[in-house]
Amino acid sequence: MPDAHAEHAQTESSGLAHQFEDLAQQHDADTLGIWIFLVTEIMFFGGLFAAYAILRWLYFAAFEGGSHILDIRLGAINTVVLLGSSLTMALSVRSAQIGNRRALVLFLILTMILGGAFLGVKAYEYRQKFVEHVVPSLDWAPEGEVLARLAPGGLNHAQLYFFFYFAMTGLHALHMIIGMGLLLWLVLRARKGDFTPRYFAPVEVVGLYWHFVDIVWIFLFPLLYLIGGRY
Amino acid sequence: MSQRIVPLKTYVLVFVSLIGLTLLTTGVAFLDLGPFNTVVALVIAFCKMLLVILFFMHLRHSSGLTRIVLLAGFFWLALLVTLTMTDYRTRTWTPAPDSWSTTAPPTHP
Amino acid sequence: MSTATLEPRVQAPRNYLNAEYGWKSWLFTLDHKRIALLYMVSITFFFMVGGAAAVLMRIHLIEPQGALVQPETYNKLFTLHGVIMIFFFLVPSIPTVLGNFLIPLMIGARDLAFPRLNLLSWYIYIVGGLFTLYSAIAGGVDTGWTFYTPYSSTYSNTQVTAVVVGVFINGFSSILTGLNFIVTIHKMRAPGLTWYRMPLFLWAMYATSIIMVLGTPVLAIALFLLALEHLFHVGIFSPALGGDPLLFQHLFWFYSHPTVYIMILPAMGVVSEIIACFARKRIFGYKIVGFSSVAIAVLGFLVWGHHMFVTGQSIYAGLIFSFLSFMVAIPSAIKVFNWTSTLYKGSISYEAPMLYALGFIGLFTMGGLTGMFLASLATDVHLNGTYFIVAHFHYIMVGGAVMGYLGGMHFWWPKISGRKYPNGWAALAAAIIFVGFNLTFFPQFILGYLGMPRRYAFYPAEFQVLNVMSSAGASILGVGYLIPLVYFIWSMRYGPVAEANPWGAKGLEWQTSSPPPTENFTKMPVVTEEAYAYAAEEKINRA
Repeated sequence: MPDAHAEHAQTESSGLAHQFEDLAQQHDADTLGIWIFLVTEIMFFGGLFAAYAILRWLYFAAFEGGSHILDIRLGAINTVVLLGSSLTMALSVRSAQIGNRRALVLFLILTMILGGAFLGVKAYEYRQKFVEHVVPSLDWAPEGEVLARLAPGGLNHAQLYFFFYFAMTGLHALHMIIGMGLLLWLVLRARKGDFTPRYFAPVEVVGLYWHFVDIVWIFLFPLLYLIGGRY
Repeated sequence: MSQRIVPLKTYVLVFVSLIGLTLLTTGVAFLDLGPFNTVVALVIAFCKMLLVILFFMHLRHSSGLTRIVLLAGFFWLALLVTLTMTDYRTRTWTPAPDSWSTTAPPTHP
Repeated sequence: MSTATLEPRVQAPRNYLNAEYGWKSWLFTLDHKRIALLYMVSITFFFMVGGAAAVLMRIHLIEPQGALVQPETYNKLFTLHGVIMIFFFLVPSIPTVLGNFLIPLMIGARDLAFPRLNLLSWYIYIVGGLFTLYSAIAGGVDTGWTFYTPYSSTYSNTQVTAVVVGVFINGFSSILTGLNFIVTIHKMRAPGLTWYRMPLFLWAMYATSIIMVLGTPVLAIALFLLALEHLFHVGIFSPALGGDPLLFQHLFWFYSHPTVYIMILPAMGVVSEIIACFARKRIFGYKIVGFSSVAIAVLGFLVWGHHMFVTGQSIYAGLIFSFLSFMVAIPSAIKVFNWTSTLYKGSISYEAPMLYALGFIGLFTMGGLTGMFLASLATDVHLNGTYFIVAHFHYIMVGGAVMGYLGGMHFWWPKISGRKYPNGWAALAAAIIFVGFNLTFFPQFILGYLGMPRRYAFYPAEFQVLNVMSSAGASILGVGYLIPLVYFIWSMRYGPVAEANPWGAKGLEWQTSSPPPTENFTKMPVVTEEAYAYAAEEKINRA
């Protein structure tokens, strides 16, 4: 059937997949799909947060002591950096919506730079934990000032706190790295001109993922760095 | 399809608010509010999350289905935390019997 | 009409099976129907692996001191049996085979919402399965499929990490499948197909998908933390540092209880379709049955603590979980009442699919009722950790879910393959399965009540007779399972060619050819009638 074939060829270039009737339906399905995926991520991180909540409730003093070992300035800086990357991500989606290819690529790259900065600071923080010997199982030998801070809450329970520190920020960092990969994919496609005001769902989808990862950090910051009130 | 294009100004305003809230929560951490430190920190985090969800993630202009999906996610997480907590919170309501003291060994019948 | 003669070779019309040939057209397919068949072959393979473990266990239990293997090996067998059967057979079975195949057909779409995600789901499943098989070959795991800590995290020196990685990876297959189904059902229904005109199988798949999407991630995090603890010897699940083993159990069962509803809801959906067709009647209380599926999905998340009544969990939490466990039985019971009411004054015929559906109703009811003893705190103290539990869940999982899967395969086989199978053999196999199943598992209720513990490689001598009965039943059951395998394969070449609607059933999937073309429908359908619009006087025509 020549008509169907020609129609198919035309929709191919516009980015319409064969199972959908039109781009609107496809966009609807894509966004619903990513929101459902984000809900699974809420449950995934949520399980970790639930375990954290229980152990923090059981051993608050230890968690407080551990929290005060962390560098609050680096945590705050990282929070600001990540919020900035959310802004640039939102602006890149907006650029796609209005068909500004240059701005789209620029904001995507900015998002990647800010994400990379976040990961760099995180790597530095991790190294600091080894310097301070507060890495559970691998290098657990707190001493001096650090030991004095951790001892009141119990060293064993402090190890549990740092277990959570590494598990939660590590899982978060893994999601950031995956996000960086997705951003790179978007940059390459955007430079080719794949996205138009009628077809930009992949940008929106990655954007939603990126914002979610940011929200996880919005909670990780107070939950890990700001326990208790005295500094 | 979220064809509504959010103005640049809105995004920048939201971003500034987010930074402000970050500075606020960091500052409050240096005050001693007792148990309210946690409450304040979580409330601020919740507000930041709302800003990101409503404006950056376009939930303000999204369909009812999307909102229900998101609410369901939070609700289910609340179920996990709440029901699990009922175990931990009430375990001590039935303490071990006195005969299980550590000083005297148990006598088997 | 005799079905034993060779059908003359006719040029078959273009359909999804003969559209393309070659292994690449199968392994790189995006067609949901082909992906369903990829799954069908894979889950059959895993069913045999899990079944082999069961066979070895039942042989071993013929003698009180154990007839076959060392206790350590026995522990590895029941672990393998549980892990494979639950994660690699029961959870995927109906959703990935029948769900993948039928959902686009039933809603009048060309494919699922995300075909590439669908294929990815299958590959993820295979990778997860390979890790699990590796764990078995590399020495096995002896923790039980429940991986309780601190044994699994600290003390066991078996392949815990490998199997946990395998199950973790497999979880993503589940999540992506559920996600795909939810979006498809919301966004791709044909014109005229409102929610209340959908076949109940779709309601069941929708409810199942909700569970997959909301529950599986929590299992993933539980296993992730378990793997960390096992690898780094420090963690939150062992008392050594002040952690709590029950925390693992909370996270584990938060998923693993709803997962039993992942396993049974699709089978209930299948039963609704079969009953409606072979009683020639609209399912009684259509809306209630649809809502009950969703109710089961929601309530099923609130009861997980009933697996932990005797673990040291707070008694007050136990009270709450016990009450909620009684509540969750209600929607299931509603379904049974509604199916029964559908049968009343229906024009019933007893083709093989109907035999499985009727068997399901009886066996599921028994399994469900015995669950009530377990939901009750006082009796659970006596029955927990015994063979009563084993019998209870096998009545539901095998007597229910597997019968539902087999019934669905028999019902939709003509649509899937374009061929019919011999009904005589099918009825015989169903009967053998029914007898073998009951002989295997009914004695286990008695054994459990009398106090025989589960997961033990030996037992007191006075339990031998019942154990031998159970093992005898298992061998009959095994034979029963092999027969359909034989005639299904036979039918693909020698079975009579099936018409579009051999059962005279309602539903969009029956309005396209058997097998369907790759794009499902030559003309996209428009729905104008309610579900199950069977005329009262219509009688089924046997081909």
